[in-house]
Amino acid sequence: MKCIAFIQTKDGQATKASLEAAGFAASMGEAVAVVSGELNGDGGLGAVGVGRVLQGEAHLDDGQLARLVSAAAEKEGASTVVSAQDHLGKAVAGRVAVRLGAGLIAGVTAAPSGEGFTRNVFSGKATARIVGNTDKLVITTTPNAIGMPESAGGTASVEAFSTDLGDRKVEILEAAAPSTGGRAPLPEAELVVSAGRGLKGPENWGIIEDLADAVGATTACSRPVSDIGWRPHHEHVGQTGIAIRPNLYIAIGISGAIQHLAGVNGSKVIVVINKDPEAPFFKAADYGIVGDAFDVVPKLTEAFQAL
Amino acid sequence: MDFLVCISKAPDTTTRIAFTEGDTRFNEEGVQFIVNPYDEWYALVRALELVEAQGGKVVIAAVGGADCDPILRKALAIGAHEAVRIDAAPEDAMQVAAELAAYAQGQSFDAILCGKETIDHNSSAVPAMIAEHLDVPCIALCTSLDYDGDKAIMTRETANGIEKVAVAGTFVLSAAKGMGEQRIPNMRGIMAARTKPLQVVPASGAAAGTRIEKFALPPEKAGVKLVDADNPAELVRLLREEAKVI
Ligand SMILES: Cc1cc2nc3c(=O)[nH]c(=O)nc-3n(C[C@H](O)[C@H](O)[C@H](O)COP(=O)(O)OP(=O)(O)OC[C@H]3O[C@@H](n4cnc5c(N)ncnc54)[C@H](O)[C@@H]3O)c2cc1C
Ligand SMILES: Nc1ncnc2c1ncn2[C@@H]1O[C@H](COP(=O)(O)O)[C@@H](O)[C@H]1O
Repeated sequence: MKCIAFIQTKDGQATKASLEAAGFAASMGEAVAVVSGELNGDGGLGAVGVGRVLQGEAHLDDGQLARLVSAAAEKEGASTVVSAQDHLGKAVAGRVAVRLGAGLIAGVTAAPSGEGFTRNVFSGKATARIVGNTDKLVITTTPNAIGMPESAGGTASVEAFSTDLGDRKVEILEAAAPSTGGRAPLPEAELVVSAGRGLKGPENWGIIEDLADAVGATTACSRPVSDIGWRPHHEHVGQTGIAIRPNLYIAIGISGAIQHLAGVNGSKVIVVINKDPEAPFFKAADYGIVGDAFDVVPKLTEAFQAL
Repeated sequence: MDFLVCISKAPDTTTRIAFTEGDTRFNEEGVQFIVNPYDEWYALVRALELVEAQGGKVVIAAVGGADCDPILRKALAIGAHEAVRIDAAPEDAMQVAAELAAYAQGQSFDAILCGKETIDHNSSAVPAMIAEHLDVPCIALCTSLDYDGDKAIMTRETANGIEKVAVAGTFVLSAAKGMGEQRIPNMRGIMAARTKPLQVVPASGAAAGTRIEKFALPPEKAGVKLVDADNPAELVRLLREEAKVI
């Protein structure tokens, strides 16, 4: 069976989320990658089991990318298209599914096994096994859920690929600087340090930033904290913010309301620091410290720095 | 400006999730349903703000059975002008998007606004699918929408940060936090909603591309291991040696 993997690149290398998607495709069958724009060598794709890369032109909008990927799937006779469920994947995968008449299984969280695929539903409060009704399928993989494939050590061949892409309809006026200050974007972050109303005010975030720096983590916050403007909206995690699944989530001064947990319950390890031993978050935690954040966090930062 | 806002019914965020019929169905017993937060707080409110400033109307549409009517009335109470319910039992994104697109095709909306995801299915799939059916752009994860003449100016979240884009002509967007400020319906709105049109239209009969075979609840956590507040170095050791996450 042939699988198309839609790959996004940064500085010519496939992104981590895209490598996970490519590895997923390779575990389902013969994986052929599709990229738009410049590639550095094979972009790291051979190592995760991709044999060939089809390289399309650069600077395409969502509609054009969907045409590129769908045309590649048709040319290769692929029955499955895989993409990461990231910013661009959310804009493109649905379009590809419509073009191919394929069912879409979005945000898969486990490696393929047996019939059907596992994904999260109800904001991580449950999982569901989904089966396709169509011959072809489009699958998107949740970043940092399936894990990086073992390196196969291969090299993929790169060939130019072109098709009728139609006109670009989205004009980019400005691409602002990264909002996360050089750290991994939240949906893909492996390490996250997050704080809530227990911090009392925006002026106290220095200790959170320091800890995040020492850990090498991306910062996040609870909803009220972003609603009152202590922190930017893009840091808001939870059921109505961003859903994350880092390897480590450190929650400081956050009570652990059900809507907050819904966005972070996919974390592999949860650490809670709260002065109230009855805070509901402790029930969802793996490790905890009962104590005052203003006292504990600087000491924890020192302990990380000492590593 | 005429906007179509796609509204989904979702279980209240505090709902304890449970299943019936051999874990093949969501147990709706005792569940309170709400307008999917992204659809209400961001997409609907921004459409209303723009219409209040520039004229036009906001039509809301849901694909679903009569159980969707209360949430459509809620959205009318917040200020939407007309509601349409496309009468079908929604099974997956492909079906829902095809129905919404079939409805929108016969109308002349300037833009179709969706939420970034439903909080029950979390697929973030419907907006891009509608856009492909209509052959228009989809601005996913949109955080602002304004107009400069006929051009829509939007900001969206991307892997690299925030991007400002312009689109001429009809488009679909999926709304993320930042697009609008949540509004609470007032008494006048609630009264007015009772007499606003809620039209039920037959479905086109679009098929679903996928089906749910079985639900499961995640395994319970083993229990928290507490570390003394005076000894955070011990926490670092556990994270390193036991949990192996750093
Ligand atoms: C429809 C809906 C959707 C929602 N979506 C989200 C969402 O997506 N994400 C989200 O986060 N919330 C969401 N909420 C809000 C949620 O219900 C909670 O209100 C919110 O998560 C609480 O934020 P918090 O934990 O920062 O604040 P609080 O609940 O006020 O908790 C503060 C915590 O800090 C502790 N504390 C205080 N001082 C200290 C100190 N010095 N040191 C250590 N600990 C201290 C306290 O013991 C307390 O546990 C939603 C609510 C609704 C109704
Ligand atoms: N049954 C439905 N009726 C109307 N709109 C819907 C429906 N389901 C999803 N949508 C819209 O599509 C968005 C994304 O949904 P989803 O793709 O299911 O995550 C939602 O926020 C709604 O705006």
